[in-house]
Amino acid sequence: MSRQIGDVILDLQSISLRFGGVKALTDISFDIREHEVRAIIGPNGAGKSSMLNVINGVYHPQDGKILYRGVERKKMEPHMAASTGIARTFQNIALFKGMSVLDNIMTGRTLKMKSNLLLQALWFGPAQKEELEHRRKVEEIIDFLEIQHIRKTPVGRLPYGLQKRVDLGRALAMEPQILLLDEPMAGMNVEEKQDMCRFILDVNDQFGTTIVLIEHDMGVVMDISDRVVVLDYGKKIGDGLPDEVRANPEVIKAYLGAGH
Amino acid sequence: MFYRENGQFKTTYAADQQIFTIAQDKWFVLGVIAFAFLVVPMLADEYMFRAILIPFLILSLAALGVNLLVGYCGQITLGAGAFMAVGAYAAYNFLIRIDGMPLIAALLLGGLVSAGMGILFGIPSLRVRGLYLAVATLAAQFFCDWAFLRIKWFTNDSASGSVSISELNVFGWIIDSPTEKYLFCLAFIVLFAIIGKNLTRATIGRQWMAIRDMDVAAEVIGIRPMYAKLSAFAVSSFFVGVAGALWGFVHLGSWEPAAFSVDRSFQLLFMVIIGGLGSILGSFFGAAFIVVLPIFLNQFLPALGSLFGIAISTAAVSHAELIIFGSLIVFFLIVEPHGLARLWAIAKEKLRLWPFPH
Repeated sequence: MSRQIGDVILDLQSISLRFGGVKALTDISFDIREHEVRAIIGPNGAGKSSMLNVINGVYHPQDGKILYRGVERKKMEPHMAASTGIARTFQNIALFKGMSVLDNIMTGRTLKMKSNLLLQALWFGPAQKEELEHRRKVEEIIDFLEIQHIRKTPVGRLPYGLQKRVDLGRALAMEPQILLLDEPMAGMNVEEKQDMCRFILDVNDQFGTTIVLIEHDMGVVMDISDRVVVLDYGKKIGDGLPDEVRANPEVIKAYLGAGH
Repeated sequence: MFYRENGQFKTTYAADQQIFTIAQDKWFVLGVIAFAFLVVPMLADEYMFRAILIPFLILSLAALGVNLLVGYCGQITLGAGAFMAVGAYAAYNFLIRIDGMPLIAALLLGGLVSAGMGILFGIPSLRVRGLYLAVATLAAQFFCDWAFLRIKWFTNDSASGSVSISELNVFGWIIDSPTEKYLFCLAFIVLFAIIGKNLTRATIGRQWMAIRDMDVAAEVIGIRPMYAKLSAFAVSSFFVGVAGALWGFVHLGSWEPAAFSVDRSFQLLFMVIIGGLGSILGSFFGAAFIVVLPIFLNQFLPALGSLFGIAISTAAVSHAELIIFGSLIVFFLIVEPHGLARLWAIAKEKLRLWPFPH
């Protein structure tokens, strides 16, 4: 592999998140290095999705700091996180159901489109040129994900596996620095999982995108991730290389129960 | 048989991003526009213009505006009538208070003022949605009803509270015959329909639809909800405001605040729902349905009665009109909740494959 794991790009320091009396995350610290595939695993309700929501600004932790490229990040809204280069996909697909595949992925380019409302209204000059430029980029993504045949289909009509792929495409259209994937392989069969793994590894390899991955399929996690962090009941119980994590007694206890 | 896209290859993305990607669609729509401009003025009589065509065109424009907001951005509004009123009164004030104000500039400025009001009353949409937002926009309706009735400045201190436009002068062209009024409105509607279509296929339209379909995901990919929602309110109110100004200036000539009551707001919302949410064409279908059907029933019911030898009184006709109209709306919403535009789309889909089923 050509990719080189770089410096810490995102550093999370003692993050705590509460909803009223419920502690979703307690004092969690870990870092994400540039170009790596970082997996977050844990049993249901461990706080994995909450962690992603903290990273891209949907939830605001009560305590803790987030350093992005060494600079402390202020409290931010999701669209601001997006403009700093953080993209994500969703556990329960959150595509724009009424729009075609093409439009969904084009929507991912929103931040890069600058022409003003008046020019768009007239479909004139820079607005039209911009639209074409971004169409070209989007077509590259469509080629990459091998979904040329469905580009004009409304996403609501697509089978689940393809919807997941479009979801990934929409996130890729943002040309993100960090890509957060929330269970990209949930509910897929073996072939679909293999395809998805291939796409994830290709994205990581070709574009150098840092990937943060939540996944329940341990085979997949152990195979494709560089480092793994394990959460349980909102606490971090393990962090390290896949093999280290696999051998960690606490992790085994969390997954298999104390009697093991 | 003739509606085929076979052999129409697109070699550039520009060709694939036209409004009508199928050549037959393009020629059909151009044909309809040409027909409306050239043939209709020769065929229609004065009653036809005054009672059907002009109201249909202006309400189509208003419905188009409402559709941009409700159908494309998913923000429900019950204040469309108010924004029509704002457009009409603002245009009126610009026209009478500034010397030498051209008519078209006054109409567009009326639209702009309405857009500003739209932004103001759209602010609640940042916090509330659905029915609660509908109630919030209803406030715009009651506020405007009150303001135009009570604040005499808006009506130029007219004693009766009604205002009137003496003559419509577009750069020396005096618009007084129904045919001219029709053509004037038609030009506006064609232009605004193209603008509406352009907006909805550009990035702003995608932002609106993204907010409509899944607002959390939209925000996560970098869409600012405030910008998307308020721009939808602004553009929508601009369209509705211009429609309101045309309604006052061209259709009514002189009007009172009651011309833009809450009934109008509901009517516009129904047009959009029946015509098809999220469809430019649907706005026209919806307006046609709501404007033409009552008139048609009005003419048709007595004829039907006399066929069976029953004389139906005018009172009975007007009651029956409401009953049938209401039940037709219910019927349509059950059979095709996506409106007439969806029926049209399904018909085209079938036609493309005809005579084969798949």
